[in-house]
Amino acid sequence: MKHLLSTADLSREDAIGLLDVAEEMTQVSTHSVKKLPVLRGHTVVNLFFEDSTRTRISFEAAAKRLSADVINFSAKGSSVSKGESLQDTAQTLGAMGADAVVVRHNGSGTPYRLATTGWIDAGVVNAGDGTHEHPTQALLDSFTLRRTLTGSPASGPGGHARGTDLAGTTVAVVGDILHSRVARSNVHLLTTLGARVVLIAPPTLLPWGVETWPAEVFYDFDEALDAHDFDAVMMLRVQFERMHQSFFPNTREYSRLWGLTAGRYARLPEHTAIMHPGPMNRGFEICAQAADSPRAVILNQVENGVAVRMAVLYSLLTGKEGAL
Amino acid sequence: MRVRTVLNADEISRAITRIAHEILESNKGAGDLTILGIPTRGVPLAQRLTAKIADIEPGVDPAQICGSLDITMYRDDLRHGKLRAPEPTHIPPGGIDGRAVVLVDDVLFSGRTIRAALDAIADIGRPAAVRLAVLVDRGHRSLPIRADHVGKNLPTALDERVFVGLEEIDGEDTVTISWPETAEAEGDQA
Repeated sequence: MKHLLSTADLSREDAIGLLDVAEEMTQVSTHSVKKLPVLRGHTVVNLFFEDSTRTRISFEAAAKRLSADVINFSAKGSSVSKGESLQDTAQTLGAMGADAVVVRHNGSGTPYRLATTGWIDAGVVNAGDGTHEHPTQALLDSFTLRRTLTGSPASGPGGHARGTDLAGTTVAVVGDILHSRVARSNVHLLTTLGARVVLIAPPTLLPWGVETWPAEVFYDFDEALDAHDFDAVMMLRVQFERMHQSFFPNTREYSRLWGLTAGRYARLPEHTAIMHPGPMNRGFEICAQAADSPRAVILNQVENGVAVRMAVLYSLLTGKEGAL
Repeated sequence: MRVRTVLNADEISRAITRIAHEILESNKGAGDLTILGIPTRGVPLAQRLTAKIADIEPGVDPAQICGSLDITMYRDDLRHGKLRAPEPTHIPPGGIDGRAVVLVDDVLFSGRTIRAALDAIADIGRPAAVRLAVLVDRGHRSLPIRADHVGKNLPTALDERVFVGLEEIDGEDTVTISWPETAEAEGDQA
């Protein structure tokens, strides 16, 4: 594996392999030296053209725990604001000897462009491109889900989920599917791992062609709750910054119809994991009661993100041939 | 390829029994002892060794002293060859600080695995001592490393291959040595 651009590129074996490596990476926190010497002398560049807190920090922590050197680049305050193109930025980084580039960009397909043009000879990790994909988020979601399903601690060391997939589970993805790269990556990966995906959203927030996706679609949250016993409910943020028109009458109506309200939270089965890729808007798509409940694994997702990203960097930067 | 059996199941069992006694003798009992197997075949060997030690010394709980130590992340050849998937590391509940750690592996060859294991141990904690037990020492060290407990010293040529088969993984306990046909033919002529 040279690049990680989309979860659609991962076979079931690749995906389980990555999650298994991540299981081992969680062990590092038990060591007295919380670092592995794997990527000593490698340089990882975080190339962020879009705002991010947790993804950038998570990638930075992951690279540092593997002993790589990290260069953080954000478009604000760089030559990009003077009009430098993506090609020139990439070639500059290449000339400085970057071994891996973690890229986030508001244009869908930017990581693919970087990986295929030859502007830079480095492994490319997609950290979110426009409304296309966010593969490491999907991997950490599946990792967290696999942990909770096997009765392991939801994060940290001590998991016993190695080698298992998500066969037989049903996962609801609720909210702004149209603008969500997290949803796209999750639909691919969850399906690859054998889970059933149910999308719940107002018709205006579902992408064109959603009927071709390997997922069942509900326009009504309550109908979906009647129809399925969900193992996990993944709430998505409504991405107002990508909306240039009105997709629903007002926020109160959205919250009432498609939010995880206290009423719907009470209807969920006892074992349902409540997930959110963050950042959350409490009281809008998710009520505080659900977000703070013991069934919420939202902070576990953040914690697992570091181990999963360590696994991705490890798989991209070591070994000369073949997959896991 | 020509193949010769070096140790059979009984001989492997006797070697493990002897090593168990040796460890207890040099450690003056089973106090503060931690046995860590290096995956893949070091792990079942460590478990057998621990079971033997528990047979000899009453009051030893195998779960408290036996574990595994993966060295994938500490290898010096990660940039070359194919991508390696790490195996599980399991450190017994008491940790390794201040304890006498015995590393267990199947074959001692260049010593690079053991160097990696020593680095891995240093990152996990600070044991009082680290000792090394191997089933077969085939020579050709490229680092200043030696084993404290050896099942069998096996002088080999570099192009020969030593294989340790264990029931848990390979279905049969056996140690074999194999060598290329051509080398044998030359040997015959000489």
